[in-house]
Amino acid sequence: MIVRILTEGQFEVDQSQIASLEDLDRQLVAALDAGDEPRFHDVLNRLVGKVRSEGTPVSADRFVPSDLTVPPENASLDELRELLASEEARES
Amino acid sequence: MGVMKRLTNIVQAKANKVLDKAEDPRETLDLSYEKQIEQLQQVKRGLADVATAKKRIELQAQQLQQAAAKLQDQARQALTQNREDLATQALTRRAGIATQLEGLKTQHEQLAQQQERLEATTQQLQARVEAFRTQKETLKASYTAAQAQTKIGEAVSGISESMSDTGLAMQRAQDKIAQMQARAGAVDELLASGTLTDMSGSSDPLQAELDKGAASGQVELQLAQLKSELNAPAVAPSGELGAAKTDAAEASEEPVDGEVVPEQPHAGAPATGAPTAAALTAATPTAPADPFSLDAGSAS
Repeated sequence: MIVRILTEGQFEVDQSQIASLEDLDRQLVAALDAGDEPRFHDVLNRLVGKVRSEGTPVSADRFVPSDLTVPPENASLDELRELLASEEARES
Repeated sequence: MGVMKRLTNIVQAKANKVLDKAEDPRETLDLSYEKQIEQLQQVKRGLADVATAKKRIELQAQQLQQAAAKLQDQARQALTQNREDLATQALTRRAGIATQLEGLKTQHEQLAQQQERLEATTQQLQARVEAFRTQKETLKASYTAAQAQTKIGEAVSGISESMSDTGLAMQRAQDKIAQMQARAGAVDELLASGTLTDMSGSSDPLQAELDKGAASGQVELQLAQLKSELNAPAVAPSGELGAAKTDAAEASEEPVDGEVVPEQPHAGAPATGAPTAAALTAATPTAPADPFSLDAGSAS
């Protein structure tokens, strides 16, 4: 699976790791919904860290779209909300 | 839906807008290459903007440090004139500068982070643009094969996603620059309006008070000298000071220990808790290592 860390780049992550990424993703959504900024940063750091440690950077000469996308490492809660809002604006 | 999937959809939707796909996919390859070159130039310009913004913050920090040093001098000067009120005023303003410096420090760190990120983006993009240039020729040459067509589609999607992501990286850097400019503008205004004041200017009311204090101190000293000369008749010369002598005679009718006697500097210990000139001297930092802190080297 190809996972992009926004503003950083793409990583190839083994399928076996995806479940634990999705678990962190669920925790991220919970922190986002609760507006819990400290928890949000904690989960985001772990998510980004896991993609980096488990994944291999996609080489510069490989041009592929991503399967999953992770927010930028130091994104704030508001920033992510804004990013996600652009989806709703597009759909409506 | 989780954040990861939603973000993927968003980025890919944006990616689709990055390229106006041509009817012939081979043209799309050339077009996306041109766009990448364009974007590489944009990122380089963005990088220069971040560096400029960082520099501006550094210059402001310097100005604020100078203003703080002047206020420290003024506080010391005020204390030697027994003007604790003015000293407090100066030190309060100095504390305000410390707060401003803290804000500048945070922004400086954020900009440094953006600079680092954009530098990495630039390098990555440069390598990818170069790789894409050779790959697109190979893909174009083998275009008739069905496999190549699929690969072209994938490459174009991949490259437009990258471009959309690079666009986001630039947007974030620009947001930080905009935040910095808003604060820098506010600090400039403060420096110009005299709230933090250019202390060399005569328009500074604090300095004016201190100058007045110093001047009247001298006047009183000279007055006292004159009086003591005139009160000693043997020394008093005749001539042009004759008129002054009658003035002195009148003056001497007033109680010698009364209000006329200029206030002498208090010999006693200053009020506890008040800053003393000596303490201020001791606390004066010698060129702090951190340009965003006033407190380096002093325990306050």
